[in-house]
Amino acid sequence: MKAALDILRKLLRDPSAALGLLIVLLLIAIAVMAPLLATHPEAVWDMNPRQRLLPPSEAYLFGTDRMGADIFSRILFGARITLTIAIVAVGAALAIGVPIGLVSGWRQNWFGETLMRVSDIFLAVPQIVLAIAISQTLGPSIENIILALSVTYWPWFTRLVHAEVRALKNETFIEAAIALGVPTWRIVLLHVLPNVMSPIIVRTSIGMGFTILTASALGFLGLGAPPPAPEWGRMISDAREFLPEAWWYALAPGLAIFLVVMGFNLLGDGLRDVLDPRIRRAGAGR
Amino acid sequence: MRAPGDNLLEVENLRVSFATEVGAAKVLDGVTLTIRPGEIMGLVGESGCGKTTLANAILGILAGNARHEAGTIRFGGADLLAMPRRQVEAEIRGRSITFIPQDPFGSFNPLFPIGAQIMEVMKWKSPGRGARERRGIAGFFSRYPRARRRADAAAVAQMLRTVQIVNPERAIAKLPYEFSGGQRQRLMIALALLPQPQLVIADEPTTALDATIQAQILKLLKRLAKDRGVSVLFTTHDLGTAYEICDRITVMYAGQEVETAPVDDFFRRPQHPYTVRLLESLPHPGRELREIGGEIPALVDPPGGCRFHPRCLRASEACRAERPAVTPIGGGHEVRCYHPVTGAVPA
Amino acid sequence: MSDAPILTVEGLSRHFPVRNMFGWKTGAVRALDGVSFEVRAGETLGIVGESGCGKSTLGKTLAGIHRPEGGRMVFEGKDITGRSARERSAVAARLQYSYQDPGNSLDPRWTIRRSLAEPLVVHMALKPRERTARVRDILQQVGLPHTHLDLYPHELSGGQQRRVGLARILTLHPRLVVLDEPTSGLDVSVQAAVLKLLRELQSAFALTYLFISHDLSVVQMMCDRIAVMYLGRIVEMAPAERLFAAPRHPYTQSLLAAIPDIGGRRVTDTFALEGEPPDPARPPSGCRFRTRCPRAAAVCAQTDPALRPLAPGQSAACLFA
Repeated sequence: MKAALDILRKLLRDPSAALGLLIVLLLIAIAVMAPLLATHPEAVWDMNPRQRLLPPSEAYLFGTDRMGADIFSRILFGARITLTIAIVAVGAALAIGVPIGLVSGWRQNWFGETLMRVSDIFLAVPQIVLAIAISQTLGPSIENIILALSVTYWPWFTRLVHAEVRALKNETFIEAAIALGVPTWRIVLLHVLPNVMSPIIVRTSIGMGFTILTASALGFLGLGAPPPAPEWGRMISDAREFLPEAWWYALAPGLAIFLVVMGFNLLGDGLRDVLDPRIRRAGAGR
Repeated sequence: MRAPGDNLLEVENLRVSFATEVGAAKVLDGVTLTIRPGEIMGLVGESGCGKTTLANAILGILAGNARHEAGTIRFGGADLLAMPRRQVEAEIRGRSITFIPQDPFGSFNPLFPIGAQIMEVMKWKSPGRGARERRGIAGFFSRYPRARRRADAAAVAQMLRTVQIVNPERAIAKLPYEFSGGQRQRLMIALALLPQPQLVIADEPTTALDATIQAQILKLLKRLAKDRGVSVLFTTHDLGTAYEICDRITVMYAGQEVETAPVDDFFRRPQHPYTVRLLESLPHPGRELREIGGEIPALVDPPGGCRFHPRCLRASEACRAERPAVTPIGGGHEVRCYHPVTGAVPA
Repeated sequence: MSDAPILTVEGLSRHFPVRNMFGWKTGAVRALDGVSFEVRAGETLGIVGESGCGKSTLGKTLAGIHRPEGGRMVFEGKDITGRSARERSAVAARLQYSYQDPGNSLDPRWTIRRSLAEPLVVHMALKPRERTARVRDILQQVGLPHTHLDLYPHELSGGQQRRVGLARILTLHPRLVVLDEPTSGLDVSVQAAVLKLLRELQSAFALTYLFISHDLSVVQMMCDRIAVMYLGRIVEMAPAERLFAAPRHPYTQSLLAAIPDIGGRRVTDTFALEGEPPDPARPPSGCRFRTRCPRAAAVCAQTDPALRPLAPGQSAACLFA
């Protein structure tokens, strides 16, 4: 707990990391409180043909779309979808990737090698292509997007954890634990895992941004949540035919994606600086 | 006894601090030290006592967070700290004052043959280098004058034979990893002596070496320094090594020098309580081990006066109030203590 | 001290493969090559030698971190050869290995309290309260205050870290402790404190020490008997006073000649040994020391001398000793 507060304090000292944290917290707050914040919660799903494609005004902050729905409210509700996809997909990738990385890094035999080669195969195909193939085959839905993203993202965690574990295995305190007769499961869970947590946290934050970007791309290609769900990528896609006249139609979701991805990346970079002991400055000089 | 003209190097009341996260660490606190021409001066102390900082200060290579607070470093009459940086780089560092580092493994670039690396240094630092040759970037792009290059190469080959590198003609084509730690330290000694310096600063040069190799390197360094009349500032934490090679010894504790004496007098009649306790903590058969109680103080907030007083059994109010002045006690033996240990023979 | 051996080592060998740039095995470094000795209960046996002589490999093989290629290790009457540290969990508690820098053997993210309790959690079924009591007790034994229990390793000084590292091993009340370079990298004043502590702990816990060090003056102070190693072999073994008074192997003689003797003759005036140890992957034929030995003769290249007794308790592997 004390350590977490310490990390937070250091994060806030770095302006770009603080900005990242602010954006991410804002995104979470918006997602949670979307119905309260939305100016036209009723106009998210319904058609209002009379109010089609209105430019931004006091009543409609970001204008309206071709259905006459309030874009501002749709962006707010879209945050829910975006965040759900990112959290569940990255969470699943963590749940698959980290244990495999731990096992393959610790057991450097045929079994560990096989696990690594499998993850290499997944990495050999570009993520977006694999994700398109999966969601194309299974049909467009949020569940399938999440499945596609987690299936394509776990090898990144595996590789990361694998490399960290291999390096840690040569550390004296791990060897000492082995010499002390500590059971392997205890060493891996209590000594190794906490020591690889920092890079995992950093990768998770950056992975969230990356996943949101990919999810939006899939939405843009029509593979995401089916309409009329307020999915940011699909909103941009819908806006294409009304450009450049209805410029606000594409601008709002585009800015939303841009800000959120940047937020996660800034936070990830900031966390890397704070958590990586190699960058940490030494104490009193000699 | 101490006519200023006699000394090659005079460090006077040097104060250096380092900016750290928790405040300014006062790493050197009024250090005074002299080195005479041709002598091997030992700078002895435990880790963190400031001996490496002092060596770096003389070389002008202190870290960026270091601050020179007070004091002078006079080398051959000129104040190194007041000298323009370009002049220090051209005439002093690597030329009149050279350096032998502790770590023989990190001292060479692993990607280039030894010979090329030595010649690169010689291009800049050879004693035959003319005053009109270009410096800085222009020098980087200018050619190594052919005649000088030939002469330097011959000097390098000669020097490698002197430091007993087997088969020097073949050795210069080898990469650093092909040499053992002892061989690399021989190469570092060669590199330090090639510019024909007046002073060599050797920072724990044998600490990383095995006992038999250490004995060989000490023997070599002592012979070469004496043959050539080069002064050496030899820092070490090992009193035994200091006994082997030094003519005079200065002991440092927590950024202050506490005692200076000719080597035999130093070990026979140590005067400062810290020196005495240090000698007593050496393992010696037939004598019980005695540690010095307490720990080395934090340099951010060091004790006032004599910094050893919190651990000193003889400390009085005076020791807390003000640091004792340098007190000569005859035969070149000087001590900074209000209550010196007279007549003790610990070993 | 009794004469019953607590540990018997016979013909112990441990080889490390030498690989070329393609990862093919091109040879082997015989880090341990047929090492035999006994450790008696209650004594301190010193293992000395220079880097690469195999002394650390010996310690780690005994601790079960390395597996030997050949030979036998019998500890308290049980053969422990070839068992991993975990398989011999019961033995592990009684035969402990102390790292060169015990501070590094502590998990940087664990408090001292947690690190000290771990051996007890793993090896003994104790109630939390008993465990806490034992941890506090051991910390006091190594001379640290209770307030240090909630600190992290990086908050301690080097000497304190060593104390904690020792405490961690002693929580299990071992009988034999392998001390791998327990004082290297320490300043002399701290070294004196650590050596004193080791002696106090030895009498308090009735410990037997295998004391691995490159520092002969420390070994002389601490050990009853001393084995000198060179390139994976024991070349001389003798009671400590005997070894320092009358060394028989030329290598031992050179090693002793290399220690500075404050107030005595200077090594820089007297030291005669030339050359450096050969590549351990390609040791010379016959006696391994012959390439540097001042007394080497033609026969040394053909005959590989075995350890032979020369005086009570003293043996050396030299044809001319």
